Amino acid sequence: MKKLYISLSCFLLLAGCGSSGTWGWYVINPMTKGGWTNVKFLISGMASTIQISVIAAAISIILGLLVALPGQSSKRGWRIVSRIYVEFIRSIPLLPMLFWVFYGLPLIFKSMGLNIPIDPFWGAIITLAVSDSAFTAEIYRSGIQSISKGQTEAAQTVGLSYAQTMRYVILPQAIRRILPPIANQFIYIVKMSAFASVIGMQELTRRANELVVTEYRPLEIYSLLIVEYLILVLIISAGVRWLERRMGSDERK
Amino acid sequence: MPETAIELVDVNKWFDDFHVLKDINLTVNTGEKVVICGPSGSGKSTVVRCINRLEEHQKGVIRLNGVELTNDPRSISSIQGDVGMVFQQFNLFPHLTVLDNLTLGPMKARSLSRSDAEDRARHYLERVRIPDQVDKKPSQLSGGQQQRVAIARSLCMEPKVLLFDEPTSALDPEMISEVLDVMVELATEGMTMIVVTHEMGFARKVADKMIFMDEGEIVEQAAPEEFFGNPRTERCRKFLSQILQH
Repeated sequence: MKKLYISLSCFLLLAGCGSSGTWGWYVINPMTKGGWTNVKFLISGMASTIQISVIAAAISIILGLLVALPGQSSKRGWRIVSRIYVEFIRSIPLLPMLFWVFYGLPLIFKSMGLNIPIDPFWGAIITLAVSDSAFTAEIYRSGIQSISKGQTEAAQTVGLSYAQTMRYVILPQAIRRILPPIANQFIYIVKMSAFASVIGMQELTRRANELVVTEYRPLEIYSLLIVEYLILVLIISAGVRWLERRMGSDERK
Repeated sequence: MPETAIELVDVNKWFDDFHVLKDINLTVNTGEKVVICGPSGSGKSTVVRCINRLEEHQKGVIRLNGVELTNDPRSISSIQGDVGMVFQQFNLFPHLTVLDNLTLGPMKARSLSRSDAEDRARHYLERVRIPDQVDKKPSQLSGGQQQRVAIARSLCMEPKVLLFDEPTSALDPEMISEVLDVMVELATEGMTMIVVTHEMGFARKVADKMIFMDEGEIVEQAAPEEFFGNPRTERCRKFLSQILQH
């Protein structure tokens, strides 16, 4: 299977190199001056993609917890608020939400007399973070619920409040089970950050689009774009595996 | 006149339509040891869980040292810590060391300093005879050791009453006596205890009062000599003969 993949991708990449017309890998050939300039231009979007993804993921992890905790409350009102947030947010497709935040939200601010401009950078971050937080909240919920009820009861009988029980007993245990799906969500955010290109954010996908317009070599440029995302995701996966190993060994100790 | 520690007056509880506790009346004086037995599903654990507010009762009155327990969160947090609880499944915190299991409550709920809490923890670990395992995780201890750590964890809160919910039911037979020994010692030192158990040898040794429950009711309530020697009801006689025949 592995051999098949390798030979197939070699074929795809090499197929056009020397032959006529249809292939034009020269646009991203780092050996030539023009090709190198193009490759540098494409890769220069990497910083923005990483920034948007990391900040959005960080906000989503906090926001998700703030949504999940009331969902575990004994008060019905809190649970309903949490439920409505999750159901509402996760039903909105990312692209419409992005348009709403970028083009719509400033108008709401204006009507309230506030002058808060939303640039593509923060527009993308807000959208990704809010959209993802509904899923993060669900991950927290299942992680918290996977800890046996006896743990909460034992914490109560030694006098801990609800917040203390969460902080010192439940979350430290839940975090190990939460980590893999949260990492999954982070990969999802990295990929969805490509949508930020449509509101003019200069990230990986936007750079590729702009280069395609001037060079008109979509196949070659988008192939490189895919490889860029692939490398990003592989790096994240390796990082998560390292983190899991560290936490796993901690539990066995 | 002995001081009343716990008083239950006509306590009723339902799980949805299921009537788990029916008109429970029970008085426990300070320093008294009460053993509750009965077939599974008879509501004996529920009685204990109502006393420390892990469950709510719907009708009747529960008083702890004369103060009525309501479902008001403030009343709940004020009693938890005063009423210690030892669970069948130990419920130690698996991510914390033995020492941290014991200091968490005193430090967070009683605002003790770390060194005071650790002194207290070591003191009680010595009393349950596991002083040299403080840095281990609960999973590295045997069941009997884990349950003794759980008892020490309750004692660290210096509770006025200690509740035991089938403390030896999840243990391998050879570990039961090490836990019971610690409980007997606590009993002789004057701790007020309510123990749900089927360990009748323990009951004979320490109980001031025996209670037999069946189908949510207290069927029989007597001193141990009378309870074991001359059970008044047929249900109680049958239950005792079943668990004592070995």
